[in-house]
Amino acid sequence: MAKVFIYPATSLILSDLVARFGHKPLGAALGIRERIQTAGVDSPPLQITPEEPKRGLKYAAVEVPSGVRGRMAIYGPLIEEAEAAIIVTEADLAFGCMGCARTDELILFSLRQSGIPILELEYPTNEEEGIRFVAAVKKFLAGLPDGGEA
Amino acid sequence: MKKVRIAQLSCGAEYSGVQKEIYEAAESVGAEVFFPDIALADVERAVKKFGLDVKSADLKLMIARALALVEGKVEADGVFIGTCFRCAEAAIVRNELRRYIPENSKLSVVSYSFTERTTAGTLLTRMEALTTIARRRALLAREEQTGITMGVDSGSSTTKAVVMKDNEIVGTGWHPTTEVIKSAESAVSDALEMAGLAREDIQAIGTTGYGRFLIGKHLGAELIQEELTVNSKGAVYLAGHQRGAATVIDIGGMDNKAISVIDGIPGTFTMGGICAGASGRFLEMTAKRLGVDITELGPLAMKGMGKNVPMNSYCIVFGTQSLVNALAAGSSPADVAAAACHSVAEQVFEQQLQEVDIKEPVIMVGGTSLIEGLVYAMGQLLQTEVVVPPNSQYIGAVGSALLASGFIKGE
Repeated sequence: MAKVFIYPATSLILSDLVARFGHKPLGAALGIRERIQTAGVDSPPLQITPEEPKRGLKYAAVEVPSGVRGRMAIYGPLIEEAEAAIIVTEADLAFGCMGCARTDELILFSLRQSGIPILELEYPTNEEEGIRFVAAVKKFLAGLPDGGEA
Repeated sequence: MKKVRIAQLSCGAEYSGVQKEIYEAAESVGAEVFFPDIALADVERAVKKFGLDVKSADLKLMIARALALVEGKVEADGVFIGTCFRCAEAAIVRNELRRYIPENSKLSVVSYSFTERTTAGTLLTRMEALTTIARRRALLAREEQTGITMGVDSGSSTTKAVVMKDNEIVGTGWHPTTEVIKSAESAVSDALEMAGLAREDIQAIGTTGYGRFLIGKHLGAELIQEELTVNSKGAVYLAGHQRGAATVIDIGGMDNKAISVIDGIPGTFTMGGICAGASGRFLEMTAKRLGVDITELGPLAMKGMGKNVPMNSYCIVFGTQSLVNALAAGSSPADVAAAACHSVAEQVFEQQLQEVDIKEPVIMVGGTSLIEGLVYAMGQLLQTEVVVPPNSQYIGAVGSALLASGFIKGE
């Protein structure tokens, strides 16, 4: 079983796909809701304290906005732990999204720098692309150590 | 009392760890913060309609929520806009929404760029102003002082007191703030003596400034009010411009206020207080270094040419060092005074005045408005004539006395 970082980290579909193929998804475990009644689209389930942006200094310099550093305090350790990653770009908001585009850039860069196997896919816009999308994810996950069939 | 509902439009507040501070600041002034309920499906539509194509999903959400407020789909009494300090993308959205909301609705807006160090105390005055505007619109509409009232402004540098009677200032007092209550007592005694009145003649008291709660309790004030709304009111009252648009600038000892006012009520405002180099304190230090009284600094600056003195830093420490170096290199005290005034004005201009829509007349108030070199420098930067009304140094006290008359029994 490999630890697979998913991006967007809030995507329940990606999280489910990774788990179905016998791996451990590393993400936010947050669903994007139809109605947004919280401060942000990816509001954390726990109260973040001013300590998190300070912990985030490990991943981003002090001149980087506090919101980016606070997010990196959550995602940075997951990226360090990850053995593989699936990145879906241009995703629809409902598929899963992160609130801050600057954090996105840093997360994707950190993943690409880490040297782990990465599958990068564009979000499918029709059924045919959707089938190819799932097939590509399946093939990637099956190729990881101890990957299994769904 | 019904809570004032403040809609929060923000990006990064939770991950910066300051959401709790925002809640606390609102709670302490009897307000509640809420997030306008938006359907995810409406977010992209709203962003397209607004026309600002940003990448961050939370900024898109801010835009969608702003549109929902303006279109009346969500009701609120005021709006708090907050984004991370140093985020350029967020700054653009924050700026545009701060402009868009008041222009298209009756909602007042306060905005702030936070770091993880932002505390409820930092946000308190802004939240209080927002709450006051929503809750006390009728009181803020008051244009005339009636009866006998007193206003006390307990500032970080000086404490001012004013006694007003039948729409006239009849007594004033001004003391450096040392021990807050003692300084207030001295200013009050002087104002009463000048007015020829006794404490029992006063029908209502209003307090403002940093020490407003302490002296308000001590004096048994009917009105304890933050300085943003009070100064706006006082400025347009003293300038005789109570109707229409105006901009109020108050460069204080510890913080600066820039307020865009409509009919005497703040629309958008900023409050800066991080850097001493942009405060009256820098001018005090300059005066001390030049060996002149602070009252002499303004006329001295008017005789000088600031451009003759190289100023390499806005910082109060390094800025003062530049002035010392200039004096050592043979610059005249007049040039140095002018350079100091220009430095403070330029920093306020660059860091704060960009955040409010400058509408004429521009009214400068507070103790620093008496430093004519500073007023001149601000006028040069804004390319407009800056109005300094009579008694501008008593602005907070006058505004408090004016508003306090709304609390006289029978009013």
